[in-house]
Amino acid sequence: MTSATPRPASDYPPGGDAFRHRHLTGIAQLTPWEISYILDAAEEWVELNRSGAAKHDDRLKGLTIINAFFENSTRTLLSFEIAGKRLGADVVNMHAAQSSVKKGETLIDTAMTLNAMRADAMVIRHASSGAVQLIADKVDCPVLNAGDGRHEHPTQALLDALTIRRRLGRVEGLTITICGDVLHSRVARSNILALTLLGNEVRVVAPPTLTPPAMERMHVATFTDMDEGLKGADVVMMLRLQNERMDGAYLPSAREYHALYGLTPQRLDKAKPDAIVMHPGPMNRGVEIDSNVADDPARSTITEQVEMGVAVRMACLDILTRRKRGVPGWN
Amino acid sequence: MELKPLLIANARLLGGEAGSLLVTGGRIAALNPSDTPEDTDTVDAKGQWLAPGIIDFGVFATDKPAFHFGGITRAALMPDSGPLDGAGLVERAAKGGKPDLWVHPIAAATKGLAGAELAEIGLMQQAGARAVATGRARIADAGVMRRVLSYAASLGLTVIAHAEDEGLTAGAVATDGEMATRLGLASAPAIAEAMAIARDLMLVEETGAPIHFRQVTTARGLDLVRAAKAKGLPVTCGITPAHLFLSDTAIGDFRTFARLSPPLRSEDDRHACLSAIADGTIDVLASGHDPRGPEDKRLPFAEALPGMAGAETLLAMGLQLVRDGHVTPARLFDLLAATPAKLLGLDAGALTVGAEADLILINEGAPWQVDAKRMAAWAGNTPFDGMPVQGRVTALWKGGQRIR
Repeated sequence: MTSATPRPASDYPPGGDAFRHRHLTGIAQLTPWEISYILDAAEEWVELNRSGAAKHDDRLKGLTIINAFFENSTRTLLSFEIAGKRLGADVVNMHAAQSSVKKGETLIDTAMTLNAMRADAMVIRHASSGAVQLIADKVDCPVLNAGDGRHEHPTQALLDALTIRRRLGRVEGLTITICGDVLHSRVARSNILALTLLGNEVRVVAPPTLTPPAMERMHVATFTDMDEGLKGADVVMMLRLQNERMDGAYLPSAREYHALYGLTPQRLDKAKPDAIVMHPGPMNRGVEIDSNVADDPARSTITEQVEMGVAVRMACLDILTRRKRGVPGWN
Repeated sequence: MELKPLLIANARLLGGEAGSLLVTGGRIAALNPSDTPEDTDTVDAKGQWLAPGIIDFGVFATDKPAFHFGGITRAALMPDSGPLDGAGLVERAAKGGKPDLWVHPIAAATKGLAGAELAEIGLMQQAGARAVATGRARIADAGVMRRVLSYAASLGLTVIAHAEDEGLTAGAVATDGEMATRLGLASAPAIAEAMAIARDLMLVEETGAPIHFRQVTTARGLDLVRAAKAKGLPVTCGITPAHLFLSDTAIGDFRTFARLSPPLRSEDDRHACLSAIADGTIDVLASGHDPRGPEDKRLPFAEALPGMAGAETLLAMGLQLVRDGHVTPARLFDLLAATPAKLLGLDAGALTVGAEADLILINEGAPWQVDAKRMAAWAGNTPFDGMPVQGRVTALWKGGQRIR
């Protein structure tokens, strides 16, 4: 395992010019150096998080972060909550299930209510593409997209890029194959954007029913034959197959999906010998990924991705609140 | 109240030659009259264009301020709100705008627009309906559509059809392409339109019944209509300015004002639409006026309802087609008024002696900017928000009566 050397600070413009965005709604708005900037910042937090008992840095002390999750989530919500708390912020979680959203209040009204509570940052997940942007346009604080519909999940792509960079020493010039339900996946979209932007060859392996249209316009090659798509890959990124896709509308059955698109040790042999295997979780063992692949510490990065998730989210929360905190150079 | 005779002098008729027009008794009495009655009121048009009031073929709301701003004197009301599937409803809708705006209700083809049972088309015709429509969606069942076509034809009514295959478009809010993929929006292939048109054209060929596709927005769909016309089938089609001036790049940033039905298409399809309006394949230019408030539009893209407030921008966008060289001024007014009048069986929509004096004066070069926040329509959901345009209505008469 090689650890990337963080770039010297002089690589980036000083202060706020290094990251000009008020929100993090998607990878589509970012430049390659802005992605690197976040990844470099996250490296520091990896160190802190591994440093033993005291994992606290109180730079966000007194700030309120609202995690507004209009769609169920355990892992991402927990990851954001831990990230906020490690930075010393007061973190409040709002779940759709217990909110007024169920009482017919519109999304904008809910957002304005949260805004009136003077949050210093909001982390939002919503089942509809574009919903996070809609809220970001209306509120006074930085908004972080924790997943909107099929559109984007930027922190997932950032944590994946960081994981790859730490494992393989770089996240450029690699061949990366993304496999699974690309059509419905915001993880796939954000990763395609981030990884192509950083200069990698990105391939997509998916059944034709789960391949979005016009993929060539996103500069990726599409494959329906998994063995073909895995040939020579440095990274194999598996996507979760939602249960509701297996009911016959998109796929005949989970069994057939596993036969054609499941990552087995034999299939993984088509990739490079040291290729890593990624999965955003939660996994359907025996459907998209075999247990002996998922649990192979030499290949699988799945728990490392979770670890990088906290670091990346700490970096994002830190960077996006710098203007509010009056960090010199950030105005 | 007896109307005094009216002479509109010094106008450019249909944007062409200079001339004058005399109105008596609410009807056009003469073009370029040599003498006029004694008590005639004269309006000096000062070289502005004189045209028939626009007959907006297919709107979803009766929105008088917007229609009058846009030079619309008559509107064919789609049957969707209600829906207009009974004679009483049609009669009430027909009275909606009188006297200064005439609403021509379009009868629902099927009960409740459910696409299953024939509505009382004949009784609705007696109550004032001048066409039949399938509504915002097509009739999925080909057998039902066949019966609707032949039944409406026996009454002399044209069926206005929506052209989207519901199997392909189920759940979709955009057209397949880079934009939909990047935004993560559910999308359908553009051929959904051509597939629906192909089916209906076969039924037209079989029944001989006239059909009008309210919006044809793809190259493949327009090719089918072009070929059917060449064969002599009784088919016409229309479009709104949105699909002529915008492609699916307009939905970037999840702009719900650009969420339309059918959805905006690729740039190639947009160019095909421009060619089709130039070569005569497209017969009607309409607004599709469908005002939607924030409760329907200030939502995530896929949850917002489709539709645009188009009445105010229809004429200005039409004049842009003239300036861009796609149509002549005279043809523009065929698209906006004469052909809709024909399809509705109205004695209007042209500057001909004896026709109803529904007239507009147009300052064709007047510049203005579309502003969603300051629209006459009761909602400002225009996809042209912020666009600088030219041409506005400076005077409007309905039946010889000055309205604005």
